[in-house]
Amino acid sequence: MWVASRELATRWCVANSRQALSLVLDKISTLVWCLIQPMTFKNMAKKLLGDPINRVDGALKATGRARYSADIKRPGMLHGVLVMSTIANGKITAIDTADALKVPGVVNVMSHQNAPKLAGMDKNKPSEIATDRVLHVFQDDLVHYNNQPIAMVLAETLEQATEGASLVRVTYQTQPVKLPLPAGKADMSTPKQMPRVDDQVDTKRGDLAAGLAAAINRMEETYTTPTMNHNALEPHALLAYWEGDKLTMYNATQGISGCQKRVAEIFGMPKENVRVITQFLGGGFGSKGTTFSHVMLAPMAAKLTGKPVRLVLKREQMFGMVGNRSATVQRLNLATGKDGKLLATAHHSITQTSDFDEFAEPAGTITRMLYACPNLDTTHKFIRANIGTPAPMRAPGEAPGVFALESAIDEMAAQLRMDPLAFRLANYAETDPNKDKPFSSKSLRECYRQGAERFGWSKRPAQPRSLKNGNYLRGMGMATTVYPMNRGESTALVRLKPDGTVQVETATQDLGTGTFTIMTQIAAEVFGLSPDQVTLSAGDSIYPTSSVSGGSRNTASTGSAVTQAAQEVLKKARQMALKDPKSPLFNVAEAEIVVQKGGQLQQKSNPKVGEALTSLLKRNGNKPLEATVQSKQGDEKGKYSMNAFGAVFAEVEVDELLGEVRVTRLLGSFAAGRIVNLKTARSQVLGGMVWAVSMALHEKTVFDPRNNRVMNANLAEYHVPVNADIQEIDGFFIEEADDIVNPAGVKGIGEIGVVGTVSAIANAIYHATGRRFRDLPITVDKVLA
Amino acid sequence: MAATTPAADTAQKQAITLKVNRKTYKLDVEPRETLLDVLRERLDLTGSKKGCDHGQCGACTVHVDGRTANACLLLAVMQQGREITTIEGIAPGGKTNGQERLHPLQAAFIKHDGLQCGYCTPGQIMSGVAVLRDGHADSPAEIREWMSGNICRCGAYAGIVAAIESVKKGDTIG
Repeated sequence: MWVASRELATRWCVANSRQALSLVLDKISTLVWCLIQPMTFKNMAKKLLGDPINRVDGALKATGRARYSADIKRPGMLHGVLVMSTIANGKITAIDTADALKVPGVVNVMSHQNAPKLAGMDKNKPSEIATDRVLHVFQDDLVHYNNQPIAMVLAETLEQATEGASLVRVTYQTQPVKLPLPAGKADMSTPKQMPRVDDQVDTKRGDLAAGLAAAINRMEETYTTPTMNHNALEPHALLAYWEGDKLTMYNATQGISGCQKRVAEIFGMPKENVRVITQFLGGGFGSKGTTFSHVMLAPMAAKLTGKPVRLVLKREQMFGMVGNRSATVQRLNLATGKDGKLLATAHHSITQTSDFDEFAEPAGTITRMLYACPNLDTTHKFIRANIGTPAPMRAPGEAPGVFALESAIDEMAAQLRMDPLAFRLANYAETDPNKDKPFSSKSLRECYRQGAERFGWSKRPAQPRSLKNGNYLRGMGMATTVYPMNRGESTALVRLKPDGTVQVETATQDLGTGTFTIMTQIAAEVFGLSPDQVTLSAGDSIYPTSSVSGGSRNTASTGSAVTQAAQEVLKKARQMALKDPKSPLFNVAEAEIVVQKGGQLQQKSNPKVGEALTSLLKRNGNKPLEATVQSKQGDEKGKYSMNAFGAVFAEVEVDELLGEVRVTRLLGSFAAGRIVNLKTARSQVLGGMVWAVSMALHEKTVFDPRNNRVMNANLAEYHVPVNADIQEIDGFFIEEADDIVNPAGVKGIGEIGVVGTVSAIANAIYHATGRRFRDLPITVDKVLA
Repeated sequence: MAATTPAADTAQKQAITLKVNRKTYKLDVEPRETLLDVLRERLDLTGSKKGCDHGQCGACTVHVDGRTANACLLLAVMQQGREITTIEGIAPGGKTNGQERLHPLQAAFIKHDGLQCGYCTPGQIMSGVAVLRDGHADSPAEIREWMSGNICRCGAYAGIVAAIESVKKGDTIG
């Protein structure tokens, strides 16, 4: 069972009494600070492929009762509608709001002329943290990109605010515009850092020139990918209101705790005075991981007007101010010896950032570690453009980077007349060649084997243009897929009650991945209980701090915190039993006490001896046992390379006369450590693979070269796959035990479905047509050209 | 460029009667208010979602006199006398064995995981109910084609097709 914090108003009112209560609870609770993890995690849950139970919030979502941020109302609430810049670089010389203010119901127009000043603006600068971006919150008259928010009309109804916003007249002084890629070349430089600060910007291994010289076969090609926009179906939305100096926000965010921190920082107020609630989140894909400008603008407007303010972005406003995936221009060199082994690899990436902030799409990081190769150079550079700052977008760096790498690998296999899978196996990396460390686990060979078998890879003729289906040329392609295990810091409270139910509290959000469901499964498994005996309280910053849902890290982070907190409670129960003369387990060694299905404690060597957790707790004061654990990565990170791997197989059909490409079959095999819920996990990887179809064939943000205005800022012209674009699609998981990676034993599955699949499709198109397409998306015009 | 004077005539409220989910609502609306905004803001029926406000994504799909429609493209004042059904109105209601009674397609979406974030789900289900009722669910290919007015950015299409197919096979169209 999952309980959204629905009785929120009540809870906020009783916050003080709640704090008093928590002081009492603290006395019976132990706060365990697990800052340094042991290298292996005992008592790990055993089930590697977890039960495919239905989502705990499935009924709420299927009946329309799930309340997303834009569904929340508050008495006296005003509607905000943003006014956006229509130039890409320059200065606002005047804002005429007279007509807007005449519209009945319009109460104010907020702009740099009257916006509240923010105490934490010194923190509004390029940040080391990928999710903290430079914001545009009406503190000055500068315009840095087209479609930048510059004013906000506040009215009693949405219609009034919309009309008001259409009547705000802005005049500008314009400056020349710096273009994005591929035309843009302004201020090319080496980024100071990558989004994951541990990733080096440039690397060198061995001697590239010597490797190239010794090689027999060489290839060099340039691959390009366009700017893309996340376009979660739920527009960014929040309701913000102040009670004295306390701010509450119902906000669509992928990172409740990070958002709370960032808002407090920018407003210059204590974190405790900011409450962030995300009961339901309509996707994000990275664009709601960063706390963007609108999250500040709504509370600013609420302060200015003294009323609750709801701000929902219009779809067209989501092309600029809430991040994008950087376009890339990537040059790949590969060179092999006569045995088909890689002797040299170079991957040089150019990406784009905004004119006012720095986000470097890490396109070359996977190339460093995916295959064994003694001589390797990777570099990253970015140009500056008058666009909204790029941000992480589902597999940032990995998705465009591995498209280039795995296309190049396929090209080299073709040049060598080797089967593409055999070529990959010939260059299999047994250890991480970049970090020079062992993998915590790597089941890629098994992914290749099982994936190839299920897909029927052996039926692929070596020669392109060999397969036909009526008018269609048919082709088969494959690629390796990979995603690093990322883990952030999360805290969870677990409380075992004498009635045998479990309460879990952690701030975490569920952006559609299944987090709310699998947290109940993780806790239940530790106690041998059923997930419906676990209640999760989440989606609210009043609960313990949790990680962002981004970089496939939330199960590794928050799932580990829940695992450890539950294990800590179980440990207390064991100790209670062995010290209790009335318990059948009295004086049994702690390590001898195990938990079995149904919440039964048993003696391992004599399963007849034992008792239910409920009877133990009832006899011992009838009080709950609880623990709060703050969980984060330990020194395993320094000792191992930890990654999920997979193999993706694609079949396409291409009508050469019409230029039409159809992905007729997609199959992915994945090894990502423990899979908590086979049903939601399969949906995650399938969703990733749909994203790859999108990236390979559909998505592209088109800029007007005169003023960097996005010309397809809507869902009819910004193409994403619809149901008819997705035909046969499946994904499965290899059983993989990894007790090094983290206490939950998981590696993350949110992004790995995208990464290799893009090139698997491009490689299949090559196999169908005999032609290479190195510029995404592979659209009709390019196939016909 | 926008008009220079406020459009007072379009803001003049009119008394209308709407029939939504078998209930009758009397309310004053401006002619410019869309059915979607009236459902969401006036009637607190927030199950119908706004994804694009341009009739491009399908998240606001409702039934009007038995036909699917994008509520964001309809003006509320023009829907008088019509039977409007939203996601909130398709389940039979009540409980069986302590379990909430759902429309078979709602139950199938949950079972087949035809949803992730859930934001497009009300629209998908409303389209799916119509596809089943109108006899366009005879093959996966046909379901895919007829369900292509509803974007699912999470990419739950395989589950959506499986859910509709399962209801078709079970012959329990509500």
